[in-house]
Amino acid sequence: MVDIVLAAPRDLPVGPTGRKGLGSWGVATLIATEAALFSYLLFSYFYDGVATPKGWLLEPSPSLKLALPNTILLLLSSGVAWWGEHGILTGRRGRALWGFGIAFLMGTVFAIVQWYEWHAKPFHFGSSNYASLYFVTTGFHMAHVLIGLLVLAALFLWTVLDYFSPRRRLSVTAGVFYWHFVDVVWLFVFTTYYITPYLGFGR
Amino acid sequence: MSATPLAYLSSAGTRADITLPLTYLTLIISIIVCVVITWLLWRGLRRAGARGGAEAMRSIPVQQGDNGVRWIKFGLWLSALPLLVTLVWTMVALAKVAAPFGQPALTLDVTGHQWWWEAVYHGAGPSETFRTANEIHIPVGVPVQVRLHGADVIHSFWVPKLAGKTDTIPGQTNTSWLQARQPGRYQGQCTEYCGFQHAHMGFEVVAESRDDFERWRSHQLQPAPAPASDAQQRGMQLVVYRCGLCHTVRGTSAGARYAPDLTHLMSRRLIAAGALVNNPGNLLGWIEHPQGVKPGSLMPDQFLSGQQLSDLRAYLETLQ
Amino acid sequence: MNPANVRTPSVGPVAEALEHRLHSLWESPPGLAGFFSTVDHKKIGIRYIVTAFVFLVLGGIEALTMRLQLAGPDRTLLTPNQYDQLFSTHGMTMIFLYASPILSGFSNYLWPLLLGSRDMAFPRLNALSYWIYLAAGIFLYVGFLTGNGPNDGWFNYVPYAARDYNPGLNEDFYSLGMVFLGVSVTIGAANFIVTAMRLRAPGMSINRIPILVWGTLTANVANLIVVPAVSLAFFMLWMDRQFGTHFFDAGNGGQPLLWQHLFWIFGHPWVYAIVLPAMGMASDALPVFCRRPLVGYSVVALSTVATMILGFGVWVHHMFATGLPSLGLSFFSGASIAITVPSAVAVFAWLATIRLGRPVTTTAFLFFSSMIVLFVIGGVSGFMTASVPVDWQLTDTYFVVAHIHYVLIGINVFPVVGAVYFWFPKMTGRLMDERLGRWNFWTMFIGFNVAFLPMHLTGLLGMPRRVYTYADGMGWDTLNLITSIGSLVLAVGVLLLVVNVFRSLKHGAVAGDNPWDAPTLEWSVSSPPPPYNFAVIPTVASRHPLWEGRLEETQARSSLSRGMELKSGKEVIGTTSLDAAPDIILEMPGDTFAPLCVAIGMALTFAGLLLKSWACVWVGGVIVALSLLAWLWPRRKLREREPEPAGAVESAHG
Repeated sequence: MVDIVLAAPRDLPVGPTGRKGLGSWGVATLIATEAALFSYLLFSYFYDGVATPKGWLLEPSPSLKLALPNTILLLLSSGVAWWGEHGILTGRRGRALWGFGIAFLMGTVFAIVQWYEWHAKPFHFGSSNYASLYFVTTGFHMAHVLIGLLVLAALFLWTVLDYFSPRRRLSVTAGVFYWHFVDVVWLFVFTTYYITPYLGFGR
Repeated sequence: MSATPLAYLSSAGTRADITLPLTYLTLIISIIVCVVITWLLWRGLRRAGARGGAEAMRSIPVQQGDNGVRWIKFGLWLSALPLLVTLVWTMVALAKVAAPFGQPALTLDVTGHQWWWEAVYHGAGPSETFRTANEIHIPVGVPVQVRLHGADVIHSFWVPKLAGKTDTIPGQTNTSWLQARQPGRYQGQCTEYCGFQHAHMGFEVVAESRDDFERWRSHQLQPAPAPASDAQQRGMQLVVYRCGLCHTVRGTSAGARYAPDLTHLMSRRLIAAGALVNNPGNLLGWIEHPQGVKPGSLMPDQFLSGQQLSDLRAYLETLQ
Repeated sequence: MNPANVRTPSVGPVAEALEHRLHSLWESPPGLAGFFSTVDHKKIGIRYIVTAFVFLVLGGIEALTMRLQLAGPDRTLLTPNQYDQLFSTHGMTMIFLYASPILSGFSNYLWPLLLGSRDMAFPRLNALSYWIYLAAGIFLYVGFLTGNGPNDGWFNYVPYAARDYNPGLNEDFYSLGMVFLGVSVTIGAANFIVTAMRLRAPGMSINRIPILVWGTLTANVANLIVVPAVSLAFFMLWMDRQFGTHFFDAGNGGQPLLWQHLFWIFGHPWVYAIVLPAMGMASDALPVFCRRPLVGYSVVALSTVATMILGFGVWVHHMFATGLPSLGLSFFSGASIAITVPSAVAVFAWLATIRLGRPVTTTAFLFFSSMIVLFVIGGVSGFMTASVPVDWQLTDTYFVVAHIHYVLIGINVFPVVGAVYFWFPKMTGRLMDERLGRWNFWTMFIGFNVAFLPMHLTGLLGMPRRVYTYADGMGWDTLNLITSIGSLVLAVGVLLLVVNVFRSLKHGAVAGDNPWDAPTLEWSVSSPPPPYNFAVIPTVASRHPLWEGRLEETQARSSLSRGMELKSGKEVIGTTSLDAAPDIILEMPGDTFAPLCVAIGMALTFAGLLLKSWACVWVGGVIVALSLLAWLWPRRKLREREPEPAGAVESAHG
């Protein structure tokens, strides 16, 4: 008994629909490779911290005065961007614009505060191995924040142009996903550079 | 095996002795595996139903055939046993070669430089401490600890007849140890690529009886003798003003440490990190034109007159 | 519901009108514009293969030059500086610019055909990854040709690569070039992964995909995770060299060993990434020549994945001599010995396939079957280096040089040449000459073994690697002469391949759709395949769609001549990851210059970074940003934004 199998599906969605589509897979692979990049940066920190004698850590008690509120600000911006995405999902364009706009502003404030934080450091990137790692790791993160801000700005613009609907919104999902990634990575960077010294690492 | 001074299929020291049977074991396993697989493949190939090209393909019908997974199981069992033996043997051998049995009879510091080796022998005080280059003497039959340092780039310290390699890395101190079974000269070589003259970064380990070693050691502690003739005097001036920018000759004011200590230069069998046999012709040739012998070497060509060369020779020959 | 959002795809037979319609939709325009804007995976695949082959020839010329220098003791054909740049460039070329791209080329060409799809998941990224590869290759070779080639080996250890010891531009070219090339590899990896997960023909469930796909997929998952390690390391090195940071500088708290960790965390998985797809080729092609299915499909697929997973845990075996504590060494030694097991699975599966089949000796078969022996030789020498005490003797001698060449030539070049003979008819419509092929095989096989088998002994006799010359009286003279002669013979073999390719392009026998009577989907379409690959989307019912009825695998039959037509645009079918059930109709992008513009912009950026010409960096960066913005701008045609109201759609689509 021979039996020919033929796929003849009914009612398939056409083009990226909801979060379905290749774009979200693409962004997922991008995030996987970027996450790997940051884990190598943090590996370098911990490796050098363990392998080098005391005194390597230039800031045994890094000031949290700016860094902690700034971290909270960035994490909150993730929530705001999510709220904006939800606006698209429910067809409320005004909310989406507020969401992307405010998230963009919060991200910008984060970047400015971080810039100030850099200038307030008593060392610069050529001072020592620790200083190089600090500036390059936070610098890599800053580059991601700037790209994320461009993404949020594009989402804002495209929302103004009324490109999206609950159905056609893959760019929004992918873009906001990326912004979440930028924020979560900061949590790891922040924990590594600002919290682990208090827990005794490198002291 | 003097014809193959760096071969490690024969050994003359404890660590190499422990490693050698394991090397042979893995080598024999490897050869057997290659022979068996080649034989199995050959058996399979002899079953060829046809030869030629695409048209020959269509003459042989496709068949489902035996599922054949038992072959893979057979293969796994076949590989598991030698792997297990090797694994256990490796761990045992590693534990044995990693650290010396008991206290080292002697500890010395060896530093890899581009492209030569510096050895420092420590004594009770500074006056009992001396440095030499490219020829490391050790007493035979006792464990000698070698602390390894990197002065510039990474090198690797290797005396195949006595022990495997350990890298010399700037910023960290690695430890190797040597124990020679019988007296002799054992060739060593840098094995981590380190630049232009990586090829010519050899050294010798001289294992000798305790008495010979002590005699050598007390001789090395002596400063260079004062020049006895005018030629030697002029030669010494040259050494101080030219060579002294990089080299040390103890007993003179030449005291720089960028390059090998020359105090007992003539006691060494080889010069230029093993590149040349130490005889007057080679020595003067090397001094005049090191870039011809070792292009890229950090020692610049010297432009010396015939008179200067013979003065230099007269003096250097006193550095026994 | 908006009719443009959901559709029931029409199903029909392969028909001339349909083919005509698809042809007009999928074909790239002729001429230069089409050349620079095409996103056709077959064209990109062939570009990859040709470019990689050019690099193979360049690397080969470098190797022959070195073999002339080493043919006898104390030869002075090359200065140390020249030799150092040659051996470093040779390694860089073969490992980064040949071995990986050639496999990407084959996979790019073959994947959609093997998987029953009309294109890769991201056709534009595919073009971008090629253009970046080409640009990075040129960038690196500009360095070499201006006397600024890498001079610290492909592994590029610090501190020798640091500015204090290496003041020229050599290492800057290499560092920036590698970061640049890494972008290409990463993009390619993402594309392969998403394609394998989402663009298979309906019915091609995860247990029916060809082993080549398993190999390339596994390799690219690894690439995605490990390439950032080496890109970061090279970036840090460049910062150390040019901006006074202290990542690797022991004087300022840096660790030279950090370089080695980052490099080998990447480097070892990379070695597997450049052999697993080639092993996949053998696993797919050998059974065709043995006229039976592969023995142990599932175990072979699993062992591919297992090799990679273990492969992440063995990087320290490149660092056994760096003075790490014994406990750590024993772990990595054990893992390195254990990784032999999955390799043994593949070897015995191949042997059993040959033993239990009825082999037909063709040139391709000779290349694939001889690879088994070369693989085993390369494998057992690797097993020897996995034993720490033995490795302390073996490492950095010519034994390891012999090992790496058995791995890379044996498990990459040999199956790749086999793949050329096997798939050339599909790519060009013509068979390669078998008579010349036999000459090709035997010169390569004999030349290779004459060159590299005695080299094991050279190593056991203690000859260190990376030396520009050696003294006589070391016992190495004769062996080195034999190696040099063997390498010349090998080179003649490669030359015969080139001759055969060019001759067969014109004079080869016409192949037809399926000259080898092979079972997989690529052989169900014409040779060369049409731009759209499949006129109707095939439905797959087994691992061997073209052998159904002859094997007793299943009563079900694949449907190759009837299927979804998908002719409203450049459309493909997206399927679910495991079962490959139809899930979504996807609109594929048309030809575009955006990838080329991004690659040019990036090349300008990297050239600017090299020369510290910030204006150049800015111009390049702006070109990249604008091209990406245009690229990502949501398009109605790709359904990335909501279509106009229904009436407007009707008029737009006629």
